[in-house]
Amino acid sequence: MASIFQGVGAATAISSSACFDSKKLIFSAATPRFLTEKKGSFFMVRSDGRLNHNNGISSRAEKIVTNAVAAKADAPAASATSKSGHELLLFEALREGLEEEMDRDPRVCVMGEDVGHYGGSYKVTKGLAPKFGDLRVLDTPIAENSFTGMGIGAAMTGLRPVIEGMNMGFLLLAFNQISNNCGMLHYTSGGQFTIPVVIRGPGGVGRQLGAEHSQRLESYFQSIPGIQMVACSTPYNAKGLMKAAIRSENPVILFEHVLLYNLKEKIPDEEYVCNLEEAEMVRPGEHITILTYSRMRYHVMQAAKTLVNKGYDPEVIDIRSLKPFDLHTIGNSVKKTHRVLIVEECMRTGGIGASLTAAINENFQDYLDAPIVCLSSQDVPTPYAGTLEEFTIVQPAQIVTAVEQLCR
Amino acid sequence: MAVCLKTSRTALHYVRTRPGPAFTHLLNRTFFSCSSHHCNPRIISTNEYRVHSSFLGLGSRASQHSKALKVEDHDHSENEEWDFPGGKVPFTTKIKFTDDSSKDRIPCYRILDNCGQQIRSSTSEMISKELAVKLYSSMVTLQMLDTIFNEAQRQGRISFYLTSNGEEAINIASAAALSNDDVILPQYREHGVLLWRGFSLQEFANQLFGNRSDYGKGRQMPIHYGSNKLNYITVSSPLATQIPQAVGVAYSLKMEKRDACAVTYFGDGSSSEGDFHAGLNLAAVLEAPVIFFCRNNGWAISTPVTDQFRSDGIAAKGQAYGIPSIRVDGNDVLAVYDAVREAREMAIKEQRPVLIEALTYRVGHHSTSDDSTKYRAIEEIEQWKTARNPISRYRNWVESNGWWNEEQESELRGSIRKQLMNAIQVAEQIEKPLLADLFTDVYHEMPSNLQEQERSLTETMKKHPQDFPSGFAV
Repeated sequence: MASIFQGVGAATAISSSACFDSKKLIFSAATPRFLTEKKGSFFMVRSDGRLNHNNGISSRAEKIVTNAVAAKADAPAASATSKSGHELLLFEALREGLEEEMDRDPRVCVMGEDVGHYGGSYKVTKGLAPKFGDLRVLDTPIAENSFTGMGIGAAMTGLRPVIEGMNMGFLLLAFNQISNNCGMLHYTSGGQFTIPVVIRGPGGVGRQLGAEHSQRLESYFQSIPGIQMVACSTPYNAKGLMKAAIRSENPVILFEHVLLYNLKEKIPDEEYVCNLEEAEMVRPGEHITILTYSRMRYHVMQAAKTLVNKGYDPEVIDIRSLKPFDLHTIGNSVKKTHRVLIVEECMRTGGIGASLTAAINENFQDYLDAPIVCLSSQDVPTPYAGTLEEFTIVQPAQIVTAVEQLCR
Repeated sequence: MAVCLKTSRTALHYVRTRPGPAFTHLLNRTFFSCSSHHCNPRIISTNEYRVHSSFLGLGSRASQHSKALKVEDHDHSENEEWDFPGGKVPFTTKIKFTDDSSKDRIPCYRILDNCGQQIRSSTSEMISKELAVKLYSSMVTLQMLDTIFNEAQRQGRISFYLTSNGEEAINIASAAALSNDDVILPQYREHGVLLWRGFSLQEFANQLFGNRSDYGKGRQMPIHYGSNKLNYITVSSPLATQIPQAVGVAYSLKMEKRDACAVTYFGDGSSSEGDFHAGLNLAAVLEAPVIFFCRNNGWAISTPVTDQFRSDGIAAKGQAYGIPSIRVDGNDVLAVYDAVREAREMAIKEQRPVLIEALTYRVGHHSTSDDSTKYRAIEEIEQWKTARNPISRYRNWVESNGWWNEEQESELRGSIRKQLMNAIQVAEQIEKPLLADLFTDVYHEMPSNLQEQERSLTETMKKHPQDFPSGFAV
């Protein structure tokens, strides 16, 4: 299953002024918007090490809006002048963000299974235990509800714990603590106790990991009041969201994806933080808004390649913030294109896509020329067999078909 | 214990052809499984078989190889020990299962006898008159506030209440033995601890009425008190969730090297929850300075302890997790005070968890939604209410020291009663929280979706004020 794509991103102004204050929810229509954009080339490494570098945009169809072209043209030019920055893999980006925050604030600590000297099951915490000590990078016994509760207790007493679930699916065991305490105690205590925890871990459908290790917990958690949810998808936003989540006073759940840990990208040397509540414009376009997040972003971008060749101009937005939705960016896009396709990895029933469909219908009904289409995974436990597993999630071909149907 | 030579040779061959630190580590652990029936009962001494980590299949190590294979003959293996992962363990050739519990129950520590006289053989230090009187008057205050607030619920003035009747000694004495820096994570029957720390009767009443002066801003049920400034973490209804959180608090105190510990209370029923086991385990591994205080009052709503667990109470469970434990007479003020004081010192100085099981009896109903006479004998309740009452028992001791008399008693009770009635009246009249308080504190700052919902609700209220409770302000 090819996961290479030619990334197309518009230029970003990365300066210290663009460091978003993650605490501020800049959400009202009145304030001016920053589009989170990326400078420089964007390329991915497959697990077998092949590199595909974005050297330029292939020929495009006639229905192109000028400024979109201009923005895209900037990208190759910028990449030609190799700017400063360093290349790393997504899990290293997460670690870098975590390490920077731990350096910056002595209250930040990590707890989870095998996070200490083993470095974490996906090596996100590698090297942190020797550097910060066994107490600050804590190996816990296998008791998710317990160490999540422990993190909550530590947060109420002033620490800023980062709780790692070895796989997001295991956090179902911590549901009681997350729902009844993490999300609630700030409210029920009348604001007396804050819980600035970050709960993170790999989730999503991997490669033949079996049903219990292929959970999409964002569906189950989305109703819990009091928590925020974000999903990272590139090394750039992984590091930025990790830092923002740690700095946030709210409990934040950071969803990583098992298959994205080895993505490679060049990220800035300067410090930066992403905005927790903002969506990311991956590819501006005119014909249709495609909303996605996490791994499905790459399936969408692959489908976008095909679509562009067929003459379509899709606008791709990585929603990133799963709770709350960035209805401002999404709304602006809907008002422009009038057609929405949601591509998610959650299951059909009760997933993020279901909620997003409802939210868009409610708020932007007048701007829609066609019903919203939501492509989700099948309502089945993820089977082990590779071929079957492939059919449970959305594939680029389905995305292309859906766009063609919507844009008829 | 017996080892197949064949297996060991294969193992060694493996080391020579496929070296790797993991496998060498494996060898260092020397665990082989081989039935003693198939091989000669020879034992390879662990010291000789220990393979140095640098031995990775180099030919020059041949001499070590042959040395490592040297076997010794032993007839009696009972003196042998092997260091399995987790430490050395002695062997036995007798097949024997441990008993389901030890024949003797863990003894219960007490200082005062049934009548409140100090038992001559007890080793505790005397407490000062001031402290003794404060303990007593706090217990009386607690008993009265429970009675009066309970009555208020029966009169329909508040919606819900639960009492700590019968557990006044636990509440007050344990609180007195702690310092104000110790962080408390309660279950819900420990409001006496909060009272001791300085929560006023008015503050209690405000929370019960959920009025605008409630620190919880009217968001929680009655009894779910919380006070940041008194280090009393807000009560959360689900049982035992506070246990692992207490470990987290202790972790935080440990990191900051503070002279304080975390203290968490829970009942006999909560000891069945998963969080209890995982929390104790976590605390032991972490060496966290936390006191686990179990109020074993015999009943979890209608479930008696015989239906809750089959172990020797909760104190016996501590050792299973590697935690020093004590059983104490929960209706004996001095014993509880002593035990908690010792436990606190142990927890902080030695940086380790401690488990205290205080035996007592839940005299009242589980809550105002319960009628316990339905599942237990009235005589049983009466006995604990009168003959075994912790307050009267302690009163005997205080009075026998000449520190209290009947006059002070009636003065105290009269004064408290008046204060309580006043607090209730005042709390009843304070307005309820504003609509704005419905949406604040969900997040650190109100996000736009909640702002939108607030706007929408306010509009609806303005359009149809008659459909909303009177006096409900925006």
